[in-house]
Amino acid sequence: MFAACPLASLAPGDALRLEGPETDGVPIAVFHTEDGEIFAIDDTCTHQDASLADGWLEGCEVECPLHASRFDLRTGKVDAPPARRPVRTHEVSVQDDTIYIEVSTEAPNLPPGVQA
Amino acid sequence: MNGAAPARIAIVGASLAGLSTARALRARGYAGDLVIIGDEPHRPYDRPPLSKDFLSFASGAEDIALESDEEELAARWVLGTAATGLVPRPGGGAVVQLADGESVQADGVVVATGATARRSMAGAELPGVHVLRTLDDAAALRADILAAARDGGRVVVVGGGFIGSEVAATARQLGCDVTLLVAEGAPMEGPLGPFATAVTDLHTAHGVSVRTGILVRGVERAGGGLAVLLEGGEPVTAAVVVLGLGAVPATSWLAGSGVALIANGAVECDPTGATNVPGVYAVGDCAAWWDTARGRHEPVGHWTAAKERAAVVAARLLGEDRLPRERAPYVWSDLYDCRIQLAGDRIFADSDPIIEVGDVADGSFAAVYHRDGAPVAVVGFGQVRHVTAVRKRLVLPASIITPSLSPAPSPARSPAPAPAIVHRTEGVVS
Repeated sequence: MFAACPLASLAPGDALRLEGPETDGVPIAVFHTEDGEIFAIDDTCTHQDASLADGWLEGCEVECPLHASRFDLRTGKVDAPPARRPVRTHEVSVQDDTIYIEVSTEAPNLPPGVQA
Repeated sequence: MNGAAPARIAIVGASLAGLSTARALRARGYAGDLVIIGDEPHRPYDRPPLSKDFLSFASGAEDIALESDEEELAARWVLGTAATGLVPRPGGGAVVQLADGESVQADGVVVATGATARRSMAGAELPGVHVLRTLDDAAALRADILAAARDGGRVVVVGGGFIGSEVAATARQLGCDVTLLVAEGAPMEGPLGPFATAVTDLHTAHGVSVRTGILVRGVERAGGGLAVLLEGGEPVTAAVVVLGLGAVPATSWLAGSGVALIANGAVECDPTGATNVPGVYAVGDCAAWWDTARGRHEPVGHWTAAKERAAVVAARLLGEDRLPRERAPYVWSDLYDCRIQLAGDRIFADSDPIIEVGDVADGSFAAVYHRDGAPVAVVGFGQVRHVTAVRKRLVLPASIITPSLSPAPSPARSPAPAPAIVHRTEGVVS
């Protein structure tokens, strides 16, 4: 588990891309939904190299900014093509106004040409 | 849903629009018979990579499939069989006739037969001359491009649209000598307007020879290869010629059916995809939905429209009174390492575009068009995050323009009045 950012720095509707030693070389996107929930998934779309943190957040779904694939933030499941493989989800907790992330131990579903 | 759902729905067309309609129907709880008819032998696949990753051998046919491995639509697939006719039934719906002599009777029919590549040029049938629309087109083209890269042959691409530029970029990245011939002042000038010069710059920087204002008369054999004949210029020799001349709605099979078409052959639809034949809808590249802001039926050949409008058609078929909301149109192109994005409709702008980030001279920028101070379109080169932010606040022209015309009356309009589309700007989520 690592401290991602202060809760106050991520307004509802916003997303943050995290990349560093804590994320094991696979960038993670943290989303604060309009409903006040916080989710963390792999930041890279499983279809092609694009940052989901740059995508269109709506409810509990994010749409890839490039090719409009949609992922469910709760499960990582694909809700709309062209992506076919889910993104990993990571466990999120908020303690003392700080967002903490527990990185998934599963293997990431990275798009062709992108390495961890 | 309210009202009786059709017992059987036939979707004619097994590409993005057809598959998306089937998915949307099942997602909305439709439990009836679903028949999906496609003239290609393939399961649904994604077409945008055909001019990019598939063409460059970076991905294969399995990579561009649109269905996931565990997906189960519980549909009957009739593939490799073209629809040849449609006969409306008195109570609504129609009988779809197939090339193999069979027919499918359905209470609801979705016409999603897409479009075919335009080949209207002398010499289009010669070996080495290609169009690009289908998986089979792309497989044949990439074999010839690879051979040209190996032998040092020139690839000549004719066309100022997305496909022309994407094929030129991919062929160049595979090591070909590439010439791109466009009639306009710059490639992709139609969609990008004044920013199309940045596409010329991109191509030029990567070694593609871009020739603008060129009218091509045809292609003929020359020596062991081909020659592209120009209006008022020397012929350009080529090993491979790619014609990116646009697409024609694939609706000739509807001749005599009574389904109304507009002049370019697209199916004339109301703002929710209903045709003049009750129970028959059209979506995707073959359809021209009524466009309130333009005051006419407008064919829209974009990927996102095929996907998003399929959900509207599914909701109508099931008699739902709230339809999925409409979003501003969105298209993209990936050229070399640059992501080009275009959302909204710049024709509705009443002022010059404003560069909100970046610099056109650097090839990385986002430009926003406004009408009455509200953003109506955005063009981005390598500015993905900013484009998304603008897309979320784009205003749909129909919500700020008072239409001067109403849809032309059709003889047999679907009896159920079309529910209004919920506009994103109203902040309503259906």
